Amino acid sequence: MEDKRRSLRLGLAVLGVVTLGVGAWMGLFWAPPDREMGDVYRIIYVHVPAMWMSLIACLVNFIASVGYLFKASWKTDSLAESTAEVGLLFGVFGLVLGMLWGKPTWGVYWDWDPRLTSMAVMLVAYMGYLALRRFIEDPEKRAVWSAVLGIIAFMDIPIVWYSVRWWRSLHQVQSTPQTVHPDMTLALRVNAFAFLFLFLAFVWSRYRIAQANRLEELALPDSLPDAAADGGLTRTT
Amino acid sequence: MLSTAWILLNKDLLLEWRTRARLNALVFFALATLLLFSFALGPDSTLLARHAGGYLWLALLFASVLSLGESFRVEQENQCLDGLRLVPTDARALFLSKAVGNTLLLLFLALVLLPVMIALYGVTLSLSPLSLLGVLALGCMAISAPGTVYSAIANHARARDVLLPLLLFPLIVPALLAAVKATTLVLQGDPMGQLTSWVGLLSAFNLIYWGLGLALFPRVVED
Repeated sequence: MEDKRRSLRLGLAVLGVVTLGVGAWMGLFWAPPDREMGDVYRIIYVHVPAMWMSLIACLVNFIASVGYLFKASWKTDSLAESTAEVGLLFGVFGLVLGMLWGKPTWGVYWDWDPRLTSMAVMLVAYMGYLALRRFIEDPEKRAVWSAVLGIIAFMDIPIVWYSVRWWRSLHQVQSTPQTVHPDMTLALRVNAFAFLFLFLAFVWSRYRIAQANRLEELALPDSLPDAAADGGLTRTT
Repeated sequence: MLSTAWILLNKDLLLEWRTRARLNALVFFALATLLLFSFALGPDSTLLARHAGGYLWLALLFASVLSLGESFRVEQENQCLDGLRLVPTDARALFLSKAVGNTLLLLFLALVLLPVMIALYGVTLSLSPLSLLGVLALGCMAISAPGTVYSAIANHARARDVLLPLLLFPLIVPALLAAVKATTLVLQGDPMGQLTSWVGLLSAFNLIYWGLGLALFPRVVED
């Protein structure tokens, strides 16, 4: 069973890398250049999928957090931990790519545009989430509190978005499949699937690490000879 | 639940009153922050007057981190929080009392800072003082509700003094934005009629986070 999962995980990663290679070729050479931006626009083939994955990660993190509060389980806790970390990775990646694109297009790396700003605020909020997880030793308390934090942070995203949109706006309206060349849509979809495969592989691996950590933390008091020193009070399981 | 919250609130306010040194320190900290903003920007009085609302809220936000952190630290002496949890009552009452207490403390601070800000930055009030009071109250509520939940969490973590602002600041961004905009509009006049939408945003933020706080806080303090 474990062997099967291992090969499935490896297969997912390999599939992701291969699709990413095909997607990179399609995005760089096969898809036509943009009428106004020329070749600069080609960064969307990595920037947009990265942002999508980051948003999916936040959504899964929120669902796992709510799930944990309804029914405590190490599985949802580990899922929340892994999605927050992988989501932060993809989000920072996407944000840096967006800034690289902004310089030739808008003339500046950073602008206080709603999408950019809400994304940055969201990433800082999830950094805080991960920091909190590091700072609490008791695994059960950590699970409950980070679930509470995950829910509160997720609810903030739409409010931040609306508030900054009223404040000011520059980001171009996102294109739809109807407004762009069909080859561009296909290239973007291939890249999005590549990112999805890689995302799943990352989250799965991180989830396994998180589960192993939980096991180790929970097993610690019984296996250590000096566990009785604090009367076994600090850990309850 | 409400009567329990009332009793707890009275206890907190009494405690605050009897240890006035802490309250004084908080007031002077906030005043010093206001003063520092004017040094950081140089003696350009038009600039200071234009951004007065922003400085007022930043001073309040920095002071709030200190007061929020204190609000659960006082419960740790003699395991007060454990004692409160042993009483057969709703944990939501504890949230209500703490959040209302923090709001009142911040509002008091805002009212102390207001005349100083008006004198220091040369601000004039365009709209009625009552609307300013309303905006200040809504803003203090918006900081207090998520701040109370986060301070209860951060209180038990390592590095709690770093953790609370790290968690609170990104969350509070929309509330800060709305409060600053609304305050500036009240101070400088509102020809475009934008005040209602910012106050609406602030109210929505309050509604969501006071609701979330009431729903989630019992899980935060449970054992």
